[in-house]
Order: sequence, then C-alpha cells, then structure tokens
Amino acid sequence: MKRLALSLALTVAMTASMAGSAAAQSHLRIGLAEDPDVLDPSLARTYVGRIVFASICDKLFDIDEKLAIVPQLALGQETSADGKTVIIKLRPNVKFHDGETFDAAAAKYSLERHLNMKGSFRKPEIAAVDTIDVVDPLTIKLNLKAPFSPLLAQLTDRAGMMVSPKASEAAGDKFGLKPVCAGPYKFVERVQQDRIVVEKFADYWDKDHVFIDKITYLPIVDATVRLANLRSGGLDLIERVLATDIKTVRDNPKLKLIKAVSLGYQGITMNLKNGPKSDTPFGKDARVRRALELAIDRDAINQVVFNGEFVPGNQWVSPQNPYYQQAFPIPKRDVAKANALLKEAGVTGPLSLDLMVPNGAEAKAVAEVIQSMAAEAGFDLKIRVTEFATSLKQAEDGAYQLFLIGWSGRSDPDGNSYSFQTCGSPQNNAGYCDKEVDAAHQEARTKSDPADRKKAYEKVAAKFLTEGSILYLYHPQVLVAHTDKVEGYKQMPDGLVRVVGIKLK
Amino acid sequence: MTAATALSATTPDVTTHEENPWARAWRRLKRRKGAMAGLFVVVLFIALAVFAPLIAPYDPIATSFTQVRKAPSWAHWLGTDEVGRDILSRIIFGARASLSAGLVSVGIALSAGVPLGLLAGYAGGWIDALLSRIVDAMLAVPFLILAIALAAFLGPSLGNAMIAIGVTAAPVFVRLTRGQTLAAKVEDYVEAARAVGNPHWRIALVHVLPNIVPPLLVQASLAIAGAIIAEAALSFLGLGQQPPAPSWGSMLNAAQRFIAQAPWMAFWPGFAIFFAVLSFNLLGDGLRDALDPRHK
Amino acid sequence: MLSYLTQRLLQIIPTIFFVSIMIFGLQQLLPGDPALIMAGEERDPGVLAEIRAQYRLDEPIPVQYFYWIKGVLSGNLGESMRLKSSVASLVAEKLPVTLQLACMAIVVALGIGIPAGIVSAVKKDTAWDYGANLFALWGLSTPNFWLGILMIFLFSVTLGWLPASGYVRLGENWQASLAATVMPAFVLGNAFAAVLMRHTRSAMLQAMGADYVRTARAKGLEERRVVLKHALRNALTPVITLGALEFGTLLSGAVLTEQIFTIPGFGKLIVDSVFNRDYAVVQGVVLVTSTIYILLNLLADIAYVLVNPRLRG
Repeated sequence: MKRLALSLALTVAMTASMAGSAAAQSHLRIGLAEDPDVLDPSLARTYVGRIVFASICDKLFDIDEKLAIVPQLALGQETSADGKTVIIKLRPNVKFHDGETFDAAAAKYSLERHLNMKGSFRKPEIAAVDTIDVVDPLTIKLNLKAPFSPLLAQLTDRAGMMVSPKASEAAGDKFGLKPVCAGPYKFVERVQQDRIVVEKFADYWDKDHVFIDKITYLPIVDATVRLANLRSGGLDLIERVLATDIKTVRDNPKLKLIKAVSLGYQGITMNLKNGPKSDTPFGKDARVRRALELAIDRDAINQVVFNGEFVPGNQWVSPQNPYYQQAFPIPKRDVAKANALLKEAGVTGPLSLDLMVPNGAEAKAVAEVIQSMAAEAGFDLKIRVTEFATSLKQAEDGAYQLFLIGWSGRSDPDGNSYSFQTCGSPQNNAGYCDKEVDAAHQEARTKSDPADRKKAYEKVAAKFLTEGSILYLYHPQVLVAHTDKVEGYKQMPDGLVRVVGIKLK
Repeated sequence: MTAATALSATTPDVTTHEENPWARAWRRLKRRKGAMAGLFVVVLFIALAVFAPLIAPYDPIATSFTQVRKAPSWAHWLGTDEVGRDILSRIIFGARASLSAGLVSVGIALSAGVPLGLLAGYAGGWIDALLSRIVDAMLAVPFLILAIALAAFLGPSLGNAMIAIGVTAAPVFVRLTRGQTLAAKVEDYVEAARAVGNPHWRIALVHVLPNIVPPLLVQASLAIAGAIIAEAALSFLGLGQQPPAPSWGSMLNAAQRFIAQAPWMAFWPGFAIFFAVLSFNLLGDGLRDALDPRHK
Repeated sequence: MLSYLTQRLLQIIPTIFFVSIMIFGLQQLLPGDPALIMAGEERDPGVLAEIRAQYRLDEPIPVQYFYWIKGVLSGNLGESMRLKSSVASLVAEKLPVTLQLACMAIVVALGIGIPAGIVSAVKKDTAWDYGANLFALWGLSTPNFWLGILMIFLFSVTLGWLPASGYVRLGENWQASLAATVMPAFVLGNAFAAVLMRHTRSAMLQAMGADYVRTARAKGLEERRVVLKHALRNALTPVITLGALEFGTLLSGAVLTEQIFTIPGFGKLIVDSVFNRDYAVVQGVVLVTSTIYILLNLLADIAYVLVNPRLRG
C-alpha cells in the first residue's frame, strides 16, 4: 500500500510538472465550499453560484472595496430628482460570448427577462422597475413605480447581469446549462458536483486585464480537505477557509490569506408571533429577550469557535459598515442584569426554549456555547439540530422558538434588513410587525443621500434592537487563501472571487 | 424439547444427547477465546454506559472556554473538544447512545421482521409474494439512503435514529425468518403437530419459532454491530443524537474540521466505535460457531 | 430451469414497482418544501408559487406519482429542479465515476480477500490464519467514514502523497484518476475484502476436505497444485457470486465514502439531492441503481442455480 501510494504520488507529481511545462496555458483552480446551483442569472439563488458568475457574467454595475457602486457594463447613471427614473449609459464595443453585440436592446431584454421569466428570483429584487425604454443604442431608461434607492445596488449583483438575447431565446429555461454572457470568461463545461470550467473570452471589453487562460471551479465541501488540496498544490485558491485554520495558513510560507469583513451576519431569529410556539414569555415580553442578549458574550463565541477572527456585532451591518449605528454599541455580558430583567418580567425558574440549529459543525458549536452561557442566566436552551431543508420549512411554519440562522449579506443595508424586519415580508419568519419600523424602512428606500438613509435606519435600530425579533451575533470574515503563485488578488467584501487582474506566476 | 431433537438429528458428534442445547452452546462459546473477549468488551461497554456518571471524570456537557481543543494531558486523558469538554467523559457517556442504538434498533428490527417473516414463510401464497417483493424492494435501496430519509422524516433525535435504523434493518430479518420457517415447515415434527390439529398460530410460535432462534441470534449480534456503525453515520450526518449530549458519531462529525490541529478529537471516538463493533462481531462469530450444529 | 427463470424475471416487476412507490412516498414524507429549499435566501411568495406550479408540487401526491411514472415509462426520468438538467444526463454523467470506483473497490477486495482466505485455510490454526482473521475483523469493524478521515489525515494532510479529494476522469489523465480514487476504493474494498476472506476461507476448507481433492493428493500431485487448481476452482464459485452482489451494492452508491472524498458519483448525488429535496433526481437515480442491483441479484441467483442444480425449486 505504502509503495503503491508512493509510486502513484510520484507519477502524479510527474504528470503535473509535465503538464505545467508543456502547456503555455495558464490555469487557475479554485476550490469552492459548495456545488453551485443552475448558472442562469435569473434563476440562480446560491451564494456560491455568484462566485462563478463573477467570471462569466458581467453586470451593469459593480462594487469596490468601500462598497461604492462603480460602473461595469454601464458607463454611468443618472437618477431623476423624484427618484422615479434612472437613465443608464452603456459601455460601447462590448460583445457577448457568442459574438452578439451588447447594446440598449440587449440590456432591456436582460432586465425584462429578470422581471418576467417564470420562476425568476430577480423579480422581487427589481420589482420597482415598471417599464424599460431604449433611449438610443447605448442608453436605457428605467421607469420606476416608486423611488427605490437600493435599485443600483441590485444591479451590481445578479439582477444586473446581462445575457445574450440570441442564446437566451434559443435555450429558454435551459440557458443555465450553457450560459452566454459578457464576462471575462466563457463557459466551457460543467460536471455536476465536480467541476465548472471556463476559458478566457478573447473579445472581452477589458481583455488587457485578463491574464489567466482557463479557470476550473471545484466544489469541495469539507474545509479541511479544501485546505489540504491547496497545500498539496491541487488548488490555487480556496474560498471560505475556516477561522480555526487561519493559523495553519499563516504558518505556511507558500500560502497567503486574504481577509475582509463579510456583508452578512449570523443571528438568532426569535419567534414572536408566528404560530402557537411563539406563545411564551419570551415571545411576548421584550425584557426576556433582552435578558437572553445580556446572557450572551459575543466575544466569547468569537474566541471559542472562531479563534477570535470574526467580528462580533449587534446590528444587521458590521461595526465597520458606514450604516452601523454607533449610538447602539454591542452590549456587554451582564448576567446579574439579565436575572433582574427576568425577575421583572415575572419569569421564575429556568425558562426552557427550543433552539433550532441548521446542521453544520460550526453552527452546532456556536449553539453549544450559547446554550452554556444562557444556562447561567436561567435559560434552558434545548438544541435541535435540524437538516437545512427542514429548518427553512419549520421557520416558515413557526415550528421553532429560536432559530440560529445567518444571512450571506447584500451590499445595500436594505438587503440585510427590509425583508426581515417589515410586516409580512418573506424573510420575516418571526412575525415581527411595527408600523414605525415599516415607515422608517420606506423612508430609507426613497432617500438617496446616505446620510438621510442612515438617519432613517437609526429609527429602525432604536426599536428593532430593543424589541425586535433578531439577535445579531457576529459577522463572519470572508477568508480566502491562495498559493504564492497567485498574484494581484483583491478581496471585495461581498466575498466573491473577482478574476480580472489576477496573474499566475 | 423439539429443538434439541431437531438439532441433534443433524449433529452426529454431540457428546450427550440429553444436554440442553443452550447449555451446550454456552459450553462451546466459552471455549472460543475471541468470543469471550468480545463478550468481555461488550459487558465492559455496558458497564461504562450504565455507570457512566460514576466513572466519568467530568460532566460530559460542561464546557470550558479556556480549555478549548487541548491535547491529551493528566487533567484530560484524551484531551478536550471544540468547546472545552472532556473527551474521555464524552466517550463514556457516548457509550449510552451507541449501545442503546445498537440494542434498541435491532430490537425494533427483530420485532418487526420476525413476525412478518413467520407470516410470510408460514402462510405462503400471495401474502408471501407481497411481503417478499416489499423486502426485495427495501433491500434494493441503499441502506443508508433509506435510513437518512426515515431519520429526516421522523425528525432528528436519537430515538428516531434508532427507529429509522430498526425499520431499515428489518427486511434482513424478514428474509432470514422466512427462509428458516420454510425449512422448518417441512420438518417431521411440524407435520406431526399439524396432523394432531394444532392451530396455525400455535405451530408457528411453539414449533417453528424456537428452531429459528439460533440463526436469528447470530444475525442479531452482527446487526447490532452494523446498527452501531449506522447510528454513528447518522449522527455524523447530524441526524442522530442532539447536542450537547454526546454520541461517538457526532463527536467524529465535530472532529472532522480539526483533523489537522486536533487529531485526538477524531481518534478516540473512532476507536470507541471500532472496539464496540469489533466486540459484537467477535461475539456474533462465536455464537454462530457455537450454535451451528455442523460445527464441532 | 426455464420456468424458474421466467418466474424470477416476473418477480422483478413488482419489486421495481415497490421501489418506485417507496422512494416516491418517502420523499413526500420528508419535511421541508422543495420550492423553499430551492429558493434558499430568495424567498418570495410569488416566485415560490410559480415554482410549485411549474413542478406540479401543488398537485395531490398520487397525481404527482402518476406524472412521474408516466414519464419513466416513456423513458423520461424527469428534470432536476436545482440544476435544470435532465436526470438521465446526470445518471449518464455519474455512471462512469461510480463504475470506476466500484471496479477498483472490487479489485482491492478480491486482491486482498481471496489470497488472505486461501492462506488462512491452507495454514489453518497457524499464526497466518489468526492474522488473516484479525484482518477480517478489523475490516468489518472499522466505520468507513472514520477510516476515510484517517486516511486523508495521513496520506493527504500529513504526508501529502495523495490528493485529498476530487475526481479526474480516466480518459483525461489515468494516473491522476487512479491517484484520486485509490483511497476511497481502498476504504470501500477493505470492508468487503473481510467478507470475501471469510467466505473464501470456509469454502476452501470445505473444498480441501472433499473427495476430489483427496484423490488429487493421493495421486501425488504437489500441494500447491492441489490447492490452486482443484480446491480453489471449486471454492471460488460462491465467492464470485458474492462479488457480483457486492458490486451491485457498490453501484447503488458508496454514500458516505463519496461524501468524504468528494467523489461525484451516485452516492454523493443521491445524498445531496435528498438534502436539497431535488425529488426528481433522488427518484430517478435510486430507481436506476435499484434496478441495476435487482438485475445483478438475479444474475447471481441464476449463476448460482446453474452451478448447483440441486437448489432449483
């Protein structure tokens, strides 16, 4: 066995080096944490799918390191004073992978596809768009039903991805099996659960900054295995390194670690009014919920489970985000005060609560730490590890009291809050409903000046952080590691792997 | 003593024809070192499970945030886990989950499989055909897929995992019982019982069942070994024991992330599963030899 | 013989029917809403309703079953909700992977199991015999997933000899392909080698006590020839039958092993699809693998009966 393994290892090493010297083609291999879903910008919904889209489908706009919106396939935009029309100038001389020209008609087609296609997940994201006019071959005008300031942020993501009308018409809802967009790389092949291969697009509008000929995305679910592959040279870059593996990466001179605070958060959704299970002192009395928050030491969770690498937080955006409300800092753990609050609320004896936790080793560890801390303040949390599909359904049905669930994050604060906090919204599984919070959210949507929006969100924070239904815990770090062969990699806070500008030594 | 006559009829080299077959089996079993070693370890694990609170040095669910993932030491012989719990104590308490999973799920499989097998074998006809096709169908679907689907349906808990494993393991017992029943049905003593007018249920229970106990016992002890692995596999996938209560499978699940930094987290629970399964296998092997009339 | 064959062939139909009912029914029992898990973070009631209508999730279960079975009978296994590709193409894509892994595992199992069985039978009650028996027990008692983790730790993380995961097609680079599959094949083959070893051992012991072997010995043939030519040939029949059966089991998916080594075969596809509630994929793939298993079972039975005509009836 040993000799067989050794000789195999040798042959592998030899073939690998032969391939390296013989082929002038540069080849980047990226390890993904999950297998992406369908690669159709209208139908896709996974975070990991967005990582692959970053190389094949360009968008109208993009974000930079500071979350500012910058043009990509657009050249610029102008929003009218009443916020009800948006005029977008398009980049000239852009080609789709099938050679078709990208113009205003194609942009209109793509946006209407997002809006009208059966089962399109983009529809709710840009539902504010009423009609789209072609002003001239390189200008489109979006007519909105109502002012909607997060619209441009939506166009920096999948809703802003442009598809070739010809290819889309031909493929229909099978477009995702062979997507044709206008990104730096074109789709070559996909083997489900194994690999996605893309190759450099010769007519890319920004081709001078594309240096690698071919990229292979390999989904490898186990983080330890992903890292082992990076160390052995089987991969060049991996996403979602475990916080507990950071030291291993840093200690290895051949590896580089890139960090950026993610746009997402992890929190506990507390069932307030969704079904009979919410009928507890916990669901009814905000003081009891504050007591739970005071029982939790966010720093300790971070230290124990994430080696102190993540960012503790108490709001839907991280403390580094421009929309973080400094007036509401992270409360310190205070068991005495928690006990006092419980007493005030008339809770005697340990309060038993059901904590639903989606299956996953990290989530389980976080739950166990919380359970142990909450026990000291008189909460008896019963952890119920639930397979993910079941947990989503039970959250929807209100079959839970506490639900440990995160959000991958959006660049606009609206994307991290509106759907969770306003009355009857799709993500609001807790049944929280407050007219003032709703009004403040609407205000933030109509204002376009960031300072005005922040003020509107302050009203949301004042209510939601004291009586609301989500207990925000921490913000993960986007952790990407690559070998020293990779040069020029820059990390954006959305966690996606942007491939333009990367070189391979 | 129909069982004794049945056994001795096919056993030419029995020493005393009058000896109780169970006593003889036990005598034979005692001679097999492997089986006795297996029995010893099984008893040891049962003792660990029963007296866990007395034996375990620590509370198995007490976390210590200053003792996270510490290597084995004098204070923690087998090290600590990802939230600072003592691994030795968790393995001792985890024996409860694994052993009860092994015993209970095989108990479920037996109590579902044996009556159905008796029914199929004894009744014959369309009942047999129907049951046999269902059993064939269940055996054609991968064991773990069935168990995963059942466990997910019932909801995650140790009890439900046991039910899922038990139901999934039942077809083997149906098939075994049916085959043995068919064989016993044509034996003279069953024919005789039928001739004197015994009711069917009485023949099945009194005359057929005792004769198929030895192979069932062997299969059961081997199935316990399989069930322990299956419980660990389900817990490994997060469908078994609920945290913070320990089970060997869920300990392995947590350990997988730390295989490079804290390998002890993966070693010990794996060894515990290995030894428990090994001892049931040894015991099953010994039983097979001791109860098999063809062996000496 | 012919009537036996027809009878066995006819039995396949109800068995496959029960498989289809069972796998369809089980899925419907699973908690969770396929449209909801498909939507993931993008939960919009309007879009969810569209998806439910598109995949007939809002229809009564018997109606759904009817549509599915109707499709299957006309050769259409359905379409993956998650990936939009046809189940038939997924099966075609995974079959070579699973086939390769199963073949390698069988090679490992035969390569270890049969020689070990012969040695322990020939050298009965010696250290060789005990060693082989110990090995068999070890193989039977080691949980697959644990062995997998330990092998990754040793050969990939610590020594860096073998890739920790992934799959390379044989046609693309056969060395890399073998390197990627040798660990999972060993993990799978190891347990089965133990079973094979035991069967070989007992079959060999039986064969070596048989008349024709005694005759061969009496004729003065050298022991080596007696063992390999006369005893082994007769002992191998049940062992090979068992191998065919196990091959069927391996084809239906090495569930956890594929998961741990990220081998994109049937096992991983089924498990991921169960967790993603991608009903059409689970139903289609399980139906295909179960049918293969049932057919292999039948072939093994027939082979067995052909060899031992006494068993007919």
